[in-house]
Amino acid sequence: MPTIGVKRSLLFQQLGRTYTDEEFDQLCFDYGLELDKVEPIPDSTDVEYKVEIPANRYDILCLEGLSRALNIFLQKTELPKFTLSNQKPIRMKILANTQRIRPFVVGAVLRNVTFTPDSYNSFIKLQDKLHQNLCRNRTLVAIGTHDLDTIQPPFIYDAREPKQIKFRSLNQQTEMQADEMLEFYAKDTHLRRYVSIIQDSDVYPVIYDSNNVVLSLPPIINGDHSKMSVQTKNVFVECTAVDLHKANTVLNTMLTMFAQYCCKPFEIEPVEVEQADGKVIVYPNLAERSESVSVKKINQRIGINIDAQTAAILLNRMSLRATVLDTDTLRVEIPVTRTDILHFCDIAEDCAVAYGFNNIVKTVPKTSCIGNQFELNRVSDLIRHSAAEAGFTEALTFTLCSCSDVAEKFGKTIENIPAVHIANPKTQEFQIGRTTLLPGLLKTIFKNQDTQPIQLFEVSDIILKDATQETGSRNERHLCALFYNRTPGFEIIHGLLDRIMTLVKIPYNESQSGNEGYYLNNQYEDSAFFPGSYAQVIVKGQNVGVIGVLHPNVIEQFGLKAPCSALEINIEPFV
Amino acid sequence: MATSKGSTVSGSTTEKSSSLQAEILLYLSTNNELNTWSYAKERGLDHQLVVGTIRSIESLGDVIKSEQHTSRSIGLTDEAKGLLRDGSYEYNIFQAIPADKGIEQPQLMKLPNANIGFAKAMSKGWLQVDKSSKPPMVKRKVDTVQDEVQHLLQRIHSLELTDSSAEEVVELKKRKLVEDVTINYFTVTKSAGFSTNISKPEADLTSEMLQSGSWKTVNFKPKNFHAKGLLPSYGCLHPLLKVRTEYRQIFLEMGFTEMPTNNFVENSFWNFDALFTPQKHPARDVQDTFFLSDPAVTTKFPEEYLQKVKEVHATGAFGSIGYQYDWQLDETQKNVLRTHTTAVSTRMLYQLAQEKTFRPAKYFSIDKVFRNENLDSTHLAEFNQIEGLIADYNLTLGDLIGVLYQFFRKLGMTKLRFKPAYNPYTEPSMEIFSYHEGLQRWIEVGNSGMFRPEMLLPMGFSEDVSVIAWGLSLERPTMILYGINNIRDLVGPEVDLKMCRRNPICRVIPAKSEE
Repeated sequence: MPTIGVKRSLLFQQLGRTYTDEEFDQLCFDYGLELDKVEPIPDSTDVEYKVEIPANRYDILCLEGLSRALNIFLQKTELPKFTLSNQKPIRMKILANTQRIRPFVVGAVLRNVTFTPDSYNSFIKLQDKLHQNLCRNRTLVAIGTHDLDTIQPPFIYDAREPKQIKFRSLNQQTEMQADEMLEFYAKDTHLRRYVSIIQDSDVYPVIYDSNNVVLSLPPIINGDHSKMSVQTKNVFVECTAVDLHKANTVLNTMLTMFAQYCCKPFEIEPVEVEQADGKVIVYPNLAERSESVSVKKINQRIGINIDAQTAAILLNRMSLRATVLDTDTLRVEIPVTRTDILHFCDIAEDCAVAYGFNNIVKTVPKTSCIGNQFELNRVSDLIRHSAAEAGFTEALTFTLCSCSDVAEKFGKTIENIPAVHIANPKTQEFQIGRTTLLPGLLKTIFKNQDTQPIQLFEVSDIILKDATQETGSRNERHLCALFYNRTPGFEIIHGLLDRIMTLVKIPYNESQSGNEGYYLNNQYEDSAFFPGSYAQVIVKGQNVGVIGVLHPNVIEQFGLKAPCSALEINIEPFV
Repeated sequence: MATSKGSTVSGSTTEKSSSLQAEILLYLSTNNELNTWSYAKERGLDHQLVVGTIRSIESLGDVIKSEQHTSRSIGLTDEAKGLLRDGSYEYNIFQAIPADKGIEQPQLMKLPNANIGFAKAMSKGWLQVDKSSKPPMVKRKVDTVQDEVQHLLQRIHSLELTDSSAEEVVELKKRKLVEDVTINYFTVTKSAGFSTNISKPEADLTSEMLQSGSWKTVNFKPKNFHAKGLLPSYGCLHPLLKVRTEYRQIFLEMGFTEMPTNNFVENSFWNFDALFTPQKHPARDVQDTFFLSDPAVTTKFPEEYLQKVKEVHATGAFGSIGYQYDWQLDETQKNVLRTHTTAVSTRMLYQLAQEKTFRPAKYFSIDKVFRNENLDSTHLAEFNQIEGLIADYNLTLGDLIGVLYQFFRKLGMTKLRFKPAYNPYTEPSMEIFSYHEGLQRWIEVGNSGMFRPEMLLPMGFSEDVSVIAWGLSLERPTMILYGINNIRDLVGPEVDLKMCRRNPICRVIPAKSEE
């Protein structure tokens, strides 16, 4: 969820009244926003409201959008009508090279704008917010804004070899070649994260004016020449992109938010963009989408009973343009600012928000079903209770672990273990999914060594690679139990196994062979266990797990001081 | 041995003491008060024995009460005790002289303390010395004498004579036969639980007593109810999973069926795409989701369904304009550790949609999910998600609100409010807040919503089927319930097992049903 910061005094000025923090918090709550924090502004009596905005509402990511949406919600104003001016459009031409790196550009002009320091600041902050969110850190779209009076259209959007691009970038004193510039910005705290977007390409995207002045090197930096200031009157906005749909959304958001400061408010001057194939498209596209909506369907989805007139009023309060066509039908014009409206259900939700979620009469669905447990979980719970009844304390440990937790620490190599591997772990702790519950329990003992003996158990899932499964992997439900004391107490762990087998009605197999009952097979050794103190647990002829005294090397690897016996079995065969 | 545990002290002292106990109690049954000093003197008993016996009676409970007193008196010196027994030195000198003929003086002076005795007897005029013979002869001057000193000592010893200023006493003090003493004695009276029939109580009932019937006559020591008992050896379940059991029970009571969630590895198709989460959504970023390098991809999908999902994303379908982007197959193939159990819900709903005739369903699950997030005191890379959903014809947002009230009422929460929220796969979406009486504020307790048509219609559901769903984490309400601030104190290997072992029964108490 993005959070925006707005000065309280400016916000209340826009809203035409003041609120207590509690009142404003309630207003936010009703609209689906959240007043996250109230932060003091140094050397000022004013404070900054940090407001959390839903991730799909790009139209309220700045003070202008927030106050406009709330004023409309409070019925103090109506949704503005955005228009295009009749001026002959500026032209921008896309050259073919751009198709190899960043194929799209859109643009428009805000004419005769009057900024104040506050509104100019908001203009800069909105670009930042959009870059962080919708633009996915400039990978999908990058915004450039320019003082139009310093540059000469038509503009060229090209992609050139880095050495062919040389200009003075924003706030720099000297010109740099584009390749040097990227190395320079690779050290910049704010811009370094964008460098990799184009660095490895043989051509870099660049926008020139008709005098060969560089406007910007998207998505990294603008030129200093066309730099804007609070005095700028005419603003040229360009958005370069790999996603045209999102470029339009970003452009429209910038324009619809700040066109209110134009001398003709909400009038926008278009730009015509000549595509690489010669086709000309005019931006911005401010056409409103029109939907015909059934009021009955709204009532049905939300569980309310309102007439068409009421529904229209509610929708208008949510910055949609609704008019009544007949007793059941509304025509809803969806403004370009409301890119979050994808489907009828979004319109129905807006109606519910304006109606007030907390005003909806609660009903209980008549759906009648018989509940059922997932059998594996039922058996797990029964075994958990049995282990606790046998005097063992239950632990709850992590599914993710390091490779060494299941391999080196047990004298094994990770290549021989069928673990699923995580591609992008942030720490060593999250390299793989555990293939055994032992390391988690041994770590738990490490933190609780002071009182002995410790009788510990866990019933949880491990993860195994399994090519026969759809995802190439499956969970397996294990029971693991440890006894830790001055002597290993193998007979206690062994006794627990016998007890569990009694409870799941599997008899002891005296013959130690065949497919009946259970027995221990000590014909093999395992590096995790002390020689001569290890056996496989065989249930109905299948190897379901291990039992034995842990090897002193394992004890040492986990930082323990006393001997430990262990049992780990797959309990899925008992379901 | 165990049978006589209450009275193991043996030997004559005990017997004397226990018979004295009986005598003292008998005495008290007919007398209002017992003075230990005079009681001992009257019976010729050692005063300390009497006091000790009183003490042991007192230890048996509320039988008698005693009050300590101090008095000044006179008593015999050790030397005087010898005189009391053997007679005064002068008397013994007199007696040593044969009545008829007398005795040679040196012979007489061999008697113990003869010097003092001779001098005293002479001054009393009991003797005469014939110095004419050699050696001198000592003869009786009177026929008989009374041993007055011994008699006096007897009177003092028996407390007949206690006046330290009497003339004869002063004389004895000069002879260092009598001294002033301080006496600590007790006056004893009956107490509320007085009985003449007491004995040292037994500590415990034994099977021998039951068999012999001796329990009927033996007194038992009351149990100590002011100390803690001995803990039994016991195992225990983990506190978080005890809470899980409560939630699970609530869903089962409400008629929900548990979903099989035992697949931590999921592919992006079921975890994201099928839930109408666009491929460039921040949740699908490597910063938020664990992707797998091995096994890296899933290649088997229900093909027809996959095409519909692709269409609804890329170009829009089913009444939706979609996200309008270039949907990539390789992105949907990527395996992840599931970021929510809704991936399983999606699989279950898809299966439900494949059935020939629609049947309403109520599903729930409580299981682990994984997030590649930055870790802090309330965030781990893995946590448990609780999820419930209902699929039926024409369910409304009002139905969702009603079900949430029912569900949270079972958790003891009755004051709820709902905030509009955003979630890619639900619309409307509501955050659920509950007023916490202890914390005196509204706290977020979960998320909910109606699944989007873009999610349900590609599965094959008809338009009039809606699905309402909600979810919450298991750890957060548990931390609030137990007052735990750091999640690592609740789950994982750093947990203090003592905390687990002390943890009480988990009983989530439902609020009373609505009036």
